[in-house]
Amino acid sequence: MYNKSIKQLSDSLHKKELSSVELCQYFFERIKRYDGDLNSVITLNETNALVAAEQADLQIQRGESNALTGIPLLHKDIFCTKGLRTSCGSKMLDNFISPYDATAVKKLAEAGVVMLGKTNMDEFAMGSSNETSFYGGVKNPWDLNTVPGGSSGGSASAVAARLAPIATGTDTGGSIRQPAAFCGITGIKPTYGRVSRYGMIAFASSLDQGGAMTKSAEDAATMLQAMVGFDPNDSTSLDKPVEDYSASLGDSIKGLTVGLPKEFFSDDLDESIREKVEEAIDVIKRAGAYIKEISLPNINLSVPAYYVVAPAECSANLSRFDGVRFGYRCENPVDLEDLYKRSRGEGFGNEVKRRIMIGAYVLSAGYYDAYYKKAQQVRQLIQEDFTRAFKDVDIIASATAPSVAFSAGEKADDPVSMYLSDIFTIGVNLAGLPGMSVPCGFVDEKPVGLQLIGNYFAESKLLNVAHQYQQLTDWHQAVPAGFGE
Amino acid sequence: MSIQSEDVLKIAHLARLGVDEGEVSSYASELSNIMGLIEQMQEVETTGIEPMAHPLDQAQRLRPDEATEVNQRQSLQANAPDVEDGLFLVPRVLD
Repeated sequence: MYNKSIKQLSDSLHKKELSSVELCQYFFERIKRYDGDLNSVITLNETNALVAAEQADLQIQRGESNALTGIPLLHKDIFCTKGLRTSCGSKMLDNFISPYDATAVKKLAEAGVVMLGKTNMDEFAMGSSNETSFYGGVKNPWDLNTVPGGSSGGSASAVAARLAPIATGTDTGGSIRQPAAFCGITGIKPTYGRVSRYGMIAFASSLDQGGAMTKSAEDAATMLQAMVGFDPNDSTSLDKPVEDYSASLGDSIKGLTVGLPKEFFSDDLDESIREKVEEAIDVIKRAGAYIKEISLPNINLSVPAYYVVAPAECSANLSRFDGVRFGYRCENPVDLEDLYKRSRGEGFGNEVKRRIMIGAYVLSAGYYDAYYKKAQQVRQLIQEDFTRAFKDVDIIASATAPSVAFSAGEKADDPVSMYLSDIFTIGVNLAGLPGMSVPCGFVDEKPVGLQLIGNYFAESKLLNVAHQYQQLTDWHQAVPAGFGE
Repeated sequence: MSIQSEDVLKIAHLARLGVDEGEVSSYASELSNIMGLIEQMQEVETTGIEPMAHPLDQAQRLRPDEATEVNQRQSLQANAPDVEDGLFLVPRVLD
């Protein structure tokens, strides 16, 4: 049961072989049995979930159901969930009960999914290993000594261990794709503006984008469909018709042109990763696609530009945490300044503090042109590189991450080395493009991810290519040892 | 770009961020490393390049100037550390 697709589970629900209540209980049992080792789920929603599952069963009986009715899901704890703790992985919000639902949460609930709980994450989504969470690190089910990636590491670990069929994630610099790669699951970050950011706790507003973390591209198509769409509550939401993502999954990819950026396949690329990615590209080629080398000449500047833009926006966004209106407040403040400084100093962890300080520094008087303006100009150049490339190719492929999952603690004391683990994913966020990661094999028994990057609004094309690849391979069906029945 | 301990204290004050004295020098060295990474941007010439404002050149939408928010003071203040009669309480700011 744990390895079934959304479609298979939905069929069972509709044939009354299984109720949503039973399905949810099954996954709650799995969470209780396995999550002690993983720490991927930080809040359970058991009582409310069983009520929602009963409702879903009634909808199915009345014939008012759709593809996601009664399907259990986990939400990354960055999404506000009404009446349920929404911590963002931070001590700052450890006591925060959201008074409203994020738009993505609301839309998924309207589509009939049942929320089992909330997943662990790097604090305020700042991290690539899930080690910055106030609730402790998450383990990778493929090797408990390694990290699941981040920042959506709880969602990735939970889906990989089959503790829920699907989970939400968010991606500011690779936070869906890199953990999907490390945990051997499928993850998609759509075009910037496709999924509403309303109620998704802000980190870097011009980069943040919600998306789907699933076992397969087919499931990702179904799940993403329920999340996207225009939202007047998000000023950067796109008011543009949405395609039917599932409709084109079965299309042939014959004649498709796949671009391989030479900068992502340089001599620096780990040989064992290169081998797996090239094998995957070969599968796509054998399905009838053309392969073409391309160049993204400024892509090597994406990490430096990102570490200006993201911290600058984070320092502004996180100024709302002041110890006055919500969130953590220090004990016995002597005056207002002491209240602000100690509440923030005690409520935020070290990585969040580093990024707020970098942001405050690059935006401080006299430095704006040298850093923020320069970074936005570099961003423009990176976008132009992609625009030029997409004149010649339909999609771009590369490794998702430069390594497989690394050991816990390995990079925790070296921020720059941690930042470079997102070297292949960050450019996509800077340009606002859709991207995804699909499992493409194992190195040292740890999963490797193939990254697919599409042009703006090309989610259907990405999902189509990923699905066709998954028809020819079975990496996405592998379950980590010890997490079976 | 090297960040000194006094820079850390200044930035932390600007961001109203309490930093333990014992951690100032390690922050200085970590932030210096991060600024070193950022400095790589200076390699590329960007004179005359328009800074990106939005990936899809989308402008801010306007909406009719109508009140749409309902009064949720009670539910919003339920998360506040200290409230009285609908007001957020902070330490005395005026003597």
